[in-house]
Amino acid sequence: MTAASSKTLLDPLFESNPIALQVLGICSALAVTTKLETALVMCLAVISVLALSNVSISLLRNFIPGNVRIIVQLTIIASLVIMTDQVLKAYIYEISKQLSVFVGLIITNCIIMGRAEAYAMQNGPLDSLLDGLGNGLGYSAILMATAFLRELLAQGTVFGAVVLPKVHDGGWYNPNGLLGISAGAFFIIGLFIWALRSWKTDQVEPEG
Amino acid sequence: MRHNALYTILFSGAVCVACAVLVSSAAVSLKENQLRNAALDKQRNVLFAAGLAQTGEDLDASEVQRRFEGIRSVVIDLRTGERTDIDPTGFDQAKAAKDPATSREAPQNRASVRRLPDHALVYEIMDGDEPSTAVVPIEGYGLWSTLYGFLAVGQDGNTIEGITYYQHGETPGLGGEVDNPNWKSLWPGRKIYGAAGEPAIRVIKGTAGSPADAPHEVDGLTGATITSNGVTSMLDFWLGDSGFKTYLRQFQEGQAL
Repeated sequence: MTAASSKTLLDPLFESNPIALQVLGICSALAVTTKLETALVMCLAVISVLALSNVSISLLRNFIPGNVRIIVQLTIIASLVIMTDQVLKAYIYEISKQLSVFVGLIITNCIIMGRAEAYAMQNGPLDSLLDGLGNGLGYSAILMATAFLRELLAQGTVFGAVVLPKVHDGGWYNPNGLLGISAGAFFIIGLFIWALRSWKTDQVEPEG
Repeated sequence: MRHNALYTILFSGAVCVACAVLVSSAAVSLKENQLRNAALDKQRNVLFAAGLAQTGEDLDASEVQRRFEGIRSVVIDLRTGERTDIDPTGFDQAKAAKDPATSREAPQNRASVRRLPDHALVYEIMDGDEPSTAVVPIEGYGLWSTLYGFLAVGQDGNTIEGITYYQHGETPGLGGEVDNPNWKSLWPGRKIYGAAGEPAIRVIKGTAGSPADAPHEVDGLTGATITSNGVTSMLDFWLGDSGFKTYLRQFQEGQAL
C-alpha cells in the first residue's frame, strides 16, 4: 500500500475523525452506544454502507449530472441502507430489533453523504473504498469506545459479561444511571473531543 | 460537466430502476428468513412469558422447538371461550382480525383495539395431560406504537405468571423499558381479577410493593406514563368480557374437574 492510500485509510481515525473533528453522525452515536453488541453491529453496518456507497458513487462520478447529484447519491445510499437492514433482519434478528430505526437512519447519517460529496465525487473507486473504510473505522472507533464506557459504567458489563457486579444483583458496584441515557454519551464524546484536541492541537478551531 | 435535460432524466431513471431492482431482490430473497425469524421470536417470547426460558438466554431454533414440545397451541373461540379444532399452525390472528368474515368491530376500549377476531391462538403449557399455564396474546396502543405481547396466567385463571412484549416502538429507555427484565419480574404472583370478577390489575404511578401487599398493582415505568397506561388498558380489554375472561374461567374450571 502506498503512503498516500494508507493516509486515506488511516487519517480519519484520529487526524480527521468524522465524529471528533467534523462532529458528524452524532445522533446514532448517542442512540446505539448503550451496549457494545448493538454498537458493533451498527459500526459494521455503517462501514459497509459507507464503503459501498463511496465505491458506487465514485464509479458513476463522471456520469452523474451535476444538478441532480445529491438526489442520485441519496438514492444509492438509501438503497444500500435498506439492503443492509434487510440482511440484519434476516440473519441477526435480535440485534436488529434492538437497533430498531437506527439502521434505517444511517441514510441520514451526514458522514455517508459527506464522504460521497466531498471525496467519492472527485476520486477513483479504489481510493474511495479506502476513504469509506477509513471514515467508517473512525466512526467505529469513537462508537466502540463510547459504548465500552457506557456499558461498563451504566450496567457493569462488557459485551454482556459481568465485570463490575451491581449492588442490585448482590455485588458492590453502584451503576451510573446518567451514562445509561443519551445525555451520558454526550459527556463521553465531549471528553473524547477534548482529549483529541489537546493531543493534536491543530484540530482546535480558531476563536472568534 | 454539462448535460442536457434528457440525459439527466434518463440517468435518474436508470439509477432508480437499478436501485429498485437491488432493493426488491434483497427483500424478496431474504423474506423467508425474516419470516422464520419473526415466528421464532414469537415462540421464544411465549417461552419467556411462561417462565420456560430466561430473558437473555440464547435459544436457537431447535432448542425453542424442544421446549415447545410440552406446549399445546390451541385456537379458541373468543366469544364462548371454548377450544375449537381449528388447526393452529395455519392460524394467523392478525389476519383473522382484519377479515370481516372472521372478526367484528371491537367494543369501545382504551387500548385502541379496533377489530376483535372471533378466534384467538393461545398456548397451554401442559403438566402431564393437564394444562397448567395459559399464555394469551395481548396487544394495545402505548405512546407511539401498538405493543404486542403475551401474558401467562396460572392454573387458577387469575394469577399472572409472566408478561413479555415481542414487538413495540416505544421510546428506548422510557416506554421501551417494558422489555426490562427487572420490570417484568414484578408481574409474577399478581392477581388479574378483583372481588367482582372484573379485571383489576393495573400499572400504577410509583412503587406498588410485593404481590402479597398489592396483588392488583404493578410499578409504573418512570417517564412513561402513557405507555404504562397503555399496558393497563390492554390488560383491561384482553382480560375482560370481550377478551379472554370466559376462556380463563373455563381454563380454571377445567382444572377442578
